[in-house]
Amino acid sequence: MSQYYTINDHFAIIPAVMLALFGCAILLFDFWIFPDPRQRKWLLIFVALAEGFTGFGLYRQQAWLSSQGLSELSGFQGSVTVDGFGIFFNWIFVIAAIVVAVVSYQYLENAGEHHGEYYSLILFAQCGMYFLATGTDLITLFIGLELMALCFYVMVGFLRREKRSNEAAIKYLLLGAFSTGFLAYGFSLMYGIAGSTKLDAIAAAIQARPPWDPVVFLAMATTAIGLLFKISAAPFHMWAPDAYEGAPTTVTAYLSVASKAASIAFLLRIFLGPLGSLRAEWEPMLAAVAILTMTVGNLAAINQTNIKRLLAYSSISHAGYMLLGLVAGNDTGIKGIAVYVMVYTFMNLGAFLVLVALRRQNIIGEDMDDIAGLMHKSPGYAILMLIFLLSLAGIPPTAGFLGKYYIFLSLIETGHYGLAVVATLYVAVAIYYYFNVVRSMFVREMTEKAPLASSFGLRLALGVTGALTLAIGIYPEPFLQMAQTSLLR
Amino acid sequence: MDQHLLSIVLLTPLAGLLVLIFIPASNKNLVKLWANLASLAGFLVSLPLVWRFQTGVSGFQFEEKADWIPTLGAHYHLGLDGISLLLVMLTTLMGFIATLSSWNGIQDRLKEYYAMFLLLQTGMIGVFLALDFFLFYIFWELVLVPMYFIIGVWGGPRKLYAAIKFFLYTLAGSVLMLLGILTLYFQHFSQFGFYSFEISELLKVNLSLGLQEWVFWLFFLGFAIKVPMFPFHTWLPDAHVEAPTAGSVILAAVLLKMGTYGFLRFSLPLLPQASMDRGIVQILAVLSIIGIIYGALVSLMQQDWKKLVAYSSVSHLGFCTLGIFSLNPNGIAGSVLQQINHGISTGMLFLIIGIVYERRHTRLISEYGGLAHVMPRFAVIFAIAMLSSAGLPLLNGFVGEFTILQGAFEANRAWAAFAVMGVILGAAYLLWLYQRTMLGQVTNGKNLTIPDMSFREVALFVPLIAWAIWIGVYPKPYFEVLQRPVAEIVERVRPGYFGGVMAERQQPPVPIVRAAGQASRPLQAPLIRGAR
Repeated sequence: MSQYYTINDHFAIIPAVMLALFGCAILLFDFWIFPDPRQRKWLLIFVALAEGFTGFGLYRQQAWLSSQGLSELSGFQGSVTVDGFGIFFNWIFVIAAIVVAVVSYQYLENAGEHHGEYYSLILFAQCGMYFLATGTDLITLFIGLELMALCFYVMVGFLRREKRSNEAAIKYLLLGAFSTGFLAYGFSLMYGIAGSTKLDAIAAAIQARPPWDPVVFLAMATTAIGLLFKISAAPFHMWAPDAYEGAPTTVTAYLSVASKAASIAFLLRIFLGPLGSLRAEWEPMLAAVAILTMTVGNLAAINQTNIKRLLAYSSISHAGYMLLGLVAGNDTGIKGIAVYVMVYTFMNLGAFLVLVALRRQNIIGEDMDDIAGLMHKSPGYAILMLIFLLSLAGIPPTAGFLGKYYIFLSLIETGHYGLAVVATLYVAVAIYYYFNVVRSMFVREMTEKAPLASSFGLRLALGVTGALTLAIGIYPEPFLQMAQTSLLR
Repeated sequence: MDQHLLSIVLLTPLAGLLVLIFIPASNKNLVKLWANLASLAGFLVSLPLVWRFQTGVSGFQFEEKADWIPTLGAHYHLGLDGISLLLVMLTTLMGFIATLSSWNGIQDRLKEYYAMFLLLQTGMIGVFLALDFFLFYIFWELVLVPMYFIIGVWGGPRKLYAAIKFFLYTLAGSVLMLLGILTLYFQHFSQFGFYSFEISELLKVNLSLGLQEWVFWLFFLGFAIKVPMFPFHTWLPDAHVEAPTAGSVILAAVLLKMGTYGFLRFSLPLLPQASMDRGIVQILAVLSIIGIIYGALVSLMQQDWKKLVAYSSVSHLGFCTLGIFSLNPNGIAGSVLQQINHGISTGMLFLIIGIVYERRHTRLISEYGGLAHVMPRFAVIFAIAMLSSAGLPLLNGFVGEFTILQGAFEANRAWAAFAVMGVILGAAYLLWLYQRTMLGQVTNGKNLTIPDMSFREVALFVPLIAWAIWIGVYPKPYFEVLQRPVAEIVERVRPGYFGGVMAERQQPPVPIVRAAGQASRPLQAPLIRGAR
């Protein structure tokens, strides 16, 4: 081994390497070995292997860190840092990718757009996310972001014969590129300030400057705009409803869970790292953004009749709640964000999975009318959806309550009473539109009798997400321990 | 057995629910039978609480405690004192009666209906038993979802509006209450260095008056919306009118008591300085009195039988909150007893409305008249229910209202003077209701053929009427049960209240109300006026 590539470097990126290798393998096998569409199910094995190796890598990293008593493992001269924070988020990506891959099979068959490269796009996007959660260098982070975003541009437009899907992809691409421009601008300013792309060096350089320095302010503002775009915070949320609605539902699920989690991890790295010394500057700004985000998300969701769009707006409002954890900024707040992201993963994936089941051969199945009378047709799905929606609203004893609990507690601890009151009242607003869906499922009569799409994978994924949403709500201790130990090592 | 008694009471309905899930929905009779058996079992397992309960022992009994979420400091901690004993018994009995009353009234989606009832039952019992704030909050919110469905699926024509209004109002209140809980919780952490949701731990927290007031108003919003107190009552008539009979019964008899219970168990002991702050007490008493009089006046004007009873709840619950904020043993003990009374009598009134509604499918008072000729049994039972609600001596309502007025008089004579008007108006709207529906000649031909009450329907009322007469004639055991916990609350809010009396009697005095029949004699209430 040379001095430029050590075994540590290798160890730090092994999960991402696995994802990239298997992604490439899927491309090749799909093309050469499995030309017959019926053989595509073997591709799922590849995804499973990729996730298995990735998970094993993460597990080894975790075990190594705790056996050495170290808080982080740094590779490539500090470009990549594997710490509890990164590993925690990566577990979320692994779960999201597995669930999405498993349910996509049936969905894409029904939509008539089943192509092997879809699975490699999932893996490549996850590879990008790996670097978003572990990167500590502007270039690494930027490449990770672009890798993830490019895969999503393609996946959002995956139903290429559907106008909606194409429109969504173009919108997402244009606005995404626009926001990346801002981010690149901010990054270049940071580089200009510090003369280095390492986050540590930038943090030191920014701290050395007075906070009113216009260059520092400009760097902070442009970076923040780029990041807020990515987590779809208002007023930079416009792409989200269209992209979410047009994309295949499985991709929407992936986009709203994994991509959001990765972006939040990215945002935390930047705001708590290089911009950490400017807290006094960005705290009021983020507080305003968070309030605006919750307002826009919750109020716009009220009138939606398309459930995917409704969930899109709801996911915007969830971004607002997560931002509040950063506004509070104490340990509880940061832990709160991690717990929030974890529970959000399960409940939001679950809610989208029910919509996946509603998509059948000739039925799009995304409207309030399509879900009407679901309780009569498939009580199991209806009850699961109820649990997911209650959890999204934050009603105990479901997992969502824990997320909200930490966010509210952190606001109380840091004395943000006003913010806390606004944030809690939006829970009541949210219940209104979530219960529009519930009302449709439980009170209305069914409009069509076609049975729901169902496959073993879908039922398994729904069962697991539903069980976890309830289990985290009723007995959260092990999950909270996990979040605690992974963050506070 | 004894050390898990509360868990058994709490989990019996839930166990019934779990079995119910596996009964095929097509077998309607089995579903009905099982649900009734499960709720009867829920009542029966709660009976040992009555005779094993030790009167006069301070603190909580049958306590159970286990770690639940150590990271958050939340425990599975149940316990029972005199106040919660009465409310739990009310819950289990009314739960069974409400379930039984749905035998014919509910025809579709039976399995879901009964499942919701059993879930609701668990939530309500949990609220009254929890001694850990986290656990309490979970049960508190757990109640909302089944009630939403009971109103929203099996309710009347405007059921969806009423259901979501109920949900949003109470949820808005309870999330704000959560902020109050978290403030206390965090203050406890910063003073003692560890997180705990235990009520006994939170009682040790030292709060500045400003912080106490902030928490008090947050709690107030949560509890006052549930009670409901005057400006927050608008969800109640809608929910009551649209809910199916059994839903109204449970809503009136038990659900509303969660709010008053919250004031007693949490607001007063945890925030004593804020609770006895002159301004706050004045505001709450005035709101209660407005509720008493406004509720009664609006009841007088109602065309709809059920809406009349719904508004009468606002009035009666006004008495309960007035009693609480009199902050003396009479007021508080009377308030708890009046909560039970209101549960019994208003529960009966809603059952009565359900019986005529099943027969005529209208609730307009003008559609009825002279029913006493057609339904003699019904007329007698309605008369008893009506008189118990109006506060006739020898029936339960009188004892509660009288004790509350006594407490209010001690606190502030003007309050008592205004509240008495509520008693008079209460008699007025109830007697007038009875006159319009039951007396006179039968004016509407459709009423001539309606059948009288069946055996099952009469059976629903027997335990309630018996209970009403018991409380009315011999309320002593109730006051004895309540004496300790009430004295503890008063002692906490107004330290030294019993000081003068203690020297003579060595124990907090019993709020003395003689049997209602003798109550026309001057009562010895001033005995309790200690050093102030």
